Amino acid sequence: MTPGILTIIVLVLTMAGYILGRRRALAVAKRDGVRLHSLPGHYGQAVALFTAVPALLLMGAWLFLQPLLIENQISSQIPDSVIPEGGARSLVMADVRRIAGGLDRLVEAGSFGEDDLSSMRADFTSVRGRLAEVGVALGSDVAPAVFDAAESYRGIANTSSLLRNAAVLATALGFGFLALRRIRPTLRARNVSETFIRSLLIGSSLVAILTTFGIVASLLFETIHFFRLYPARDFFFSTVWNPQFRGGSDLGILPLLWGTFYVSLVALLLAVPIGLMIAVYLAEYSGKALRSFAKPAIEILAGIPTIVYGLFALITVGPFLRDWIAQPLGLGSSSSSVLTAGLVMGIMLIPFVSSLSDDVINAVPQAMRDGSYGLGATQSETIMRVIMPAALPGIVGAILLAASRAIGETMIVVMGAGAAARLGLNPLEAMTTVTVKIVSQLTGDTEFASPETLVAFALGLTLFVFTLGLNILALYIVRKYREQYE
Amino acid sequence: MNMLTDAAVEETLQSGSKPAASKMAGKDVTVHYGEKQALFGVNLEVPERQVMALIGPSGCGKSTFLRCLNRMNDTIDICRVGGSILLDGEDIYDPRIDVVELRARVGMVFQKPNPFPKSIYENVAYGPRIHGLASKKSEFDEVVETSLQKAGLFNEVKDRLQEPGTGLSGGQQQRLCIARAIAVSPEVILMDEPCSALDPIATAKVEELIDELRENYTIVIVTHSMQQAARVSQRTAMFHLGNLVEEGPTDKMFTNPDDKRTQDYITGRFG
Repeated sequence: MTPGILTIIVLVLTMAGYILGRRRALAVAKRDGVRLHSLPGHYGQAVALFTAVPALLLMGAWLFLQPLLIENQISSQIPDSVIPEGGARSLVMADVRRIAGGLDRLVEAGSFGEDDLSSMRADFTSVRGRLAEVGVALGSDVAPAVFDAAESYRGIANTSSLLRNAAVLATALGFGFLALRRIRPTLRARNVSETFIRSLLIGSSLVAILTTFGIVASLLFETIHFFRLYPARDFFFSTVWNPQFRGGSDLGILPLLWGTFYVSLVALLLAVPIGLMIAVYLAEYSGKALRSFAKPAIEILAGIPTIVYGLFALITVGPFLRDWIAQPLGLGSSSSSVLTAGLVMGIMLIPFVSSLSDDVINAVPQAMRDGSYGLGATQSETIMRVIMPAALPGIVGAILLAASRAIGETMIVVMGAGAAARLGLNPLEAMTTVTVKIVSQLTGDTEFASPETLVAFALGLTLFVFTLGLNILALYIVRKYREQYE
Repeated sequence: MNMLTDAAVEETLQSGSKPAASKMAGKDVTVHYGEKQALFGVNLEVPERQVMALIGPSGCGKSTFLRCLNRMNDTIDICRVGGSILLDGEDIYDPRIDVVELRARVGMVFQKPNPFPKSIYENVAYGPRIHGLASKKSEFDEVVETSLQKAGLFNEVKDRLQEPGTGLSGGQQQRLCIARAIAVSPEVILMDEPCSALDPIATAKVEELIDELRENYTIVIVTHSMQQAARVSQRTAMFHLGNLVEEGPTDKMFTNPDDKRTQDYITGRFG
């Protein structure tokens, strides 16, 4: 019985539980001649929940733990001798799992009785061929120890699956029966459903929070690992970024942070004024018809994949800036530059600023405008002196959101600004950012042992701290300057 | 009861004190919101330095008429105004009239207090600032102080002028809005149910204030409260279904109206 079928059985039991619970509640009420505390359906729900929830939780836990436990046990069975030179135990374990799976399929296909397994054991050369017939390809002939391990893997897996099925069904039936027995008119079945719904909602929010913690923790551990191999002082204060895969690299974050900051600054200098003016126009000046067309049209910009922006930077903006500005002014000859990436990223950010600011400006009560117009203020005076100050917290929030996006952006920078880590002021030179270097340090080699790869995690954590700081700042500003209109 | 009979009016005339001159006048004012007509040819004169109350059931057009007086209806796209409205004999809907200047002369106080999210000081200084009525700090200080004093708010807020205006109580906020309107030295102040969001004590203070302001300003007030109209106004105009039913001295309107609809509305039989 696979977990899928097991789930379906539990769900069928759940439905039966609902019907039985509802019926029993009605019957009990009729017998005792009293009113039920809750609606009959609530009693059904209570029984259904008691049937389904513990059983499904048990099954989830089992499915999660079973492979871990079995692996541990089997892996200690494998003698060191079968582990090839320079290979890892985990690779052998992968073979064990695949052979076990293949044997299962052979048995299922029916061409093969359990008895044949022992004869197979005598002749290992045929194992590879037989398994290939059912679509399990092995790289080499099977060592006897590995075959034995696969056999016992199968055994344990089968037994524990049986155990699992039995336990899950017993839980479902047992709890369902208990819940059914508990039904009496005074039972507050409605509260049972309410409590369940609340726990469900709490559980969902926990998933999001725990994931965040998980992400931070994984970054943190690898970062600590990195700082054991590479001095933190050099990482934070060195102005040279020069990774060498044979060792002896300089891994200073400053050039990367500078690049990130510079590109984001250019992007925001473009996006914030234009975005704000768009927002003011849409919210205060444009007619309904124009607005209903223009706003979605601008938001399309936000839906373009950043890699497409990157192409735009690479083949259009970059060469244009090089040929018309950089070379005539003698400021550089590279088509990748801070300005290219910044401008293209700025275009990408316009809808972030404009759309959010537009919503914020619209949320300023009409009474503010009336008050200002009633005193004889013109439209632009009203906007500058009353509406913008009132909308400021929201606008700052929009700008900081755009800034977070700019700091985390990767594709546009790779294609627009290049990959040369450099500390410089010339916006027409190639530079690079933290995100680009994270990607390039991790590309290819994924064995996280050397400082050159581990540095990616330190970079990621730094970036995370920066954006977290920005978000906290945004929240602080919004709180501090939030105005009560009523 | 201080009822003005025809004889009394004549007596007043003969004794030399002129009846109040007309400050604003609506002639055949019609208003359409899109397809819907909200006012049907209203003729109404607003006397100078008096309080005129506009009464009538909800949706009768009294607020619409009020908003025509300083062209606040311009901010509503679908609104069209016909006829003419005169301020000191000049048509305010004439294309040569600058709406900004008009609203500086005809100020407005709204139903719900709507102080700007700025300090008390900046709320009052807002009008003078945009109209360039003051330039030095000392001039602003003076305008703010006198306006707050006229609005009867100065003593309550003099120690916290830099605190946000939104932090005041509802009644204080409304008086702040009145101070804000006074600060640009308007000739007429329009009030659209200024007390409907206030408690009785705050209402009493604002009514007292309105009575004092009559000395220097022409006031038009829309109200749903008959008692308020009777307490603060000298003249009352009754609107019904977009028409002006009748207009006259407040005492007469409340004791001996000409129109049966006014009688019914005042005595609470409809509306």
